[in-house]
Amino acid sequence: MKNNAKSRLFAGESRLSDLIVAHPSLLPLPARLGIHLGFGDRSIAEVCEDNGVDTGFFLLISNVYTFNNYIPSTATILGTDMTGLVPYLEKSHRYYVDKRLPHIERHLDAIASNLRGRIGHVFIGFFKEYKQEVVDHFLHEERDVFPHIRALMAGQQDTTYSIGEFLQTHSDIEGKLDDLLNIVFKYLPPQVDDDNVMDVVDDILRLSEDLKKHTFIEEKIMVPLVRHLEKAILS
Amino acid sequence: MKQRLLIVEPSELIIEGLKSILEGQIRFKVLEPEMNADQLAKRVLASRPDIVLINPTLPVDFAKLQGEHHLALVALVYQYVEREALKNFDAVVDIRDSRAVIIETLAQASPGEADAGKGSYELTKRETAVLIQLAQGKTNKEIADALNVSVHTVISHRKNITHKTGIKSVAGLTVYAMLNNLIDESSLL
Repeated sequence: MKNNAKSRLFAGESRLSDLIVAHPSLLPLPARLGIHLGFGDRSIAEVCEDNGVDTGFFLLISNVYTFNNYIPSTATILGTDMTGLVPYLEKSHRYYVDKRLPHIERHLDAIASNLRGRIGHVFIGFFKEYKQEVVDHFLHEERDVFPHIRALMAGQQDTTYSIGEFLQTHSDIEGKLDDLLNIVFKYLPPQVDDDNVMDVVDDILRLSEDLKKHTFIEEKIMVPLVRHLEKAILS
Repeated sequence: MKQRLLIVEPSELIIEGLKSILEGQIRFKVLEPEMNADQLAKRVLASRPDIVLINPTLPVDFAKLQGEHHLALVALVYQYVEREALKNFDAVVDIRDSRAVIIETLAQASPGEADAGKGSYELTKRETAVLIQLAQGKTNKEIADALNVSVHTVISHRKNITHKTGIKSVAGLTVYAMLNNLIDESSLL
């Protein structure tokens, strides 16, 4: 069984395009890893090499995104070149904050303009509050957690922060998206035009899935890695 | 599903009166009444009631009872009782209430009411009351005091509200309450 599960995971020889056709949710990944679209029919390994991305790291992230039950072992994590992790996480943050959330907000603005009285205002206020929470959440990681990882990876001891603190305070940022989803498609008064609602439901669902994987990568890959680095530096 | 109702009451007169009122009510199964409050803990374990109708002046640790069992506590009052004494109760039945009011109060208090089939995703009156207070920014403690129930009961109502609406955050529930005209725009900050 274990071997079976493993053989389903992607390998470097697969065509990158095949991977994305089979799993469209992977489409935003290459850009976050510094790979532009237009890679033709080249294999994952070839494309990664051309763009200076570690193939093992690319596969690790792709596998996590595709297979819900896949939790990489510590051995796999430690056996992979992780220099790309922090830049990947930072690019993901930018993608959520600069692209996806404003995109969703535009749809919600259009929906809110059809709501009477202050309801539209309260509705948009709910989203803005959520967006700010996400921004603050990411900012904390970029200010406290990522520099810590960079220092450890550079072989420096860094006692100003410990990854134990991260897990204690790492809050869920997808929960309120579920609330938003329920409000948008169940409880808004019927709209003259449902297109905006359907579009935004689609966008919210996709962002929610994406954020779940993002949280998973932070908790199941980043945390074990940093734990190991913290111990290794002390000994 | 019939709600299993346990009456805990030392007076035979009151017991017989309640039994006669509840007789033939399809929503309740009236369990053998308990006249001795000392036996309550044992009886609750043995008969697993959904609702316990009990005189709040009896020497019982009501908070503990409600904390340990999933049941609705309904106070049966004969005379004026301090508000403080009622804080662990989900509802209050006054012996001077009419037959219809007594039945309705018990039905509303039933913990299983949420799962009662038809219309089960609609919020009950109690849940709606909790939701409105939540949307006004009240804490669980404040809501418990305002509605004369325990904090435990408020939390249980909140779980049901979230289960039914799919909305967890207070901010989200506020939008919900507003969209459903449960709160006035002016009642928001």
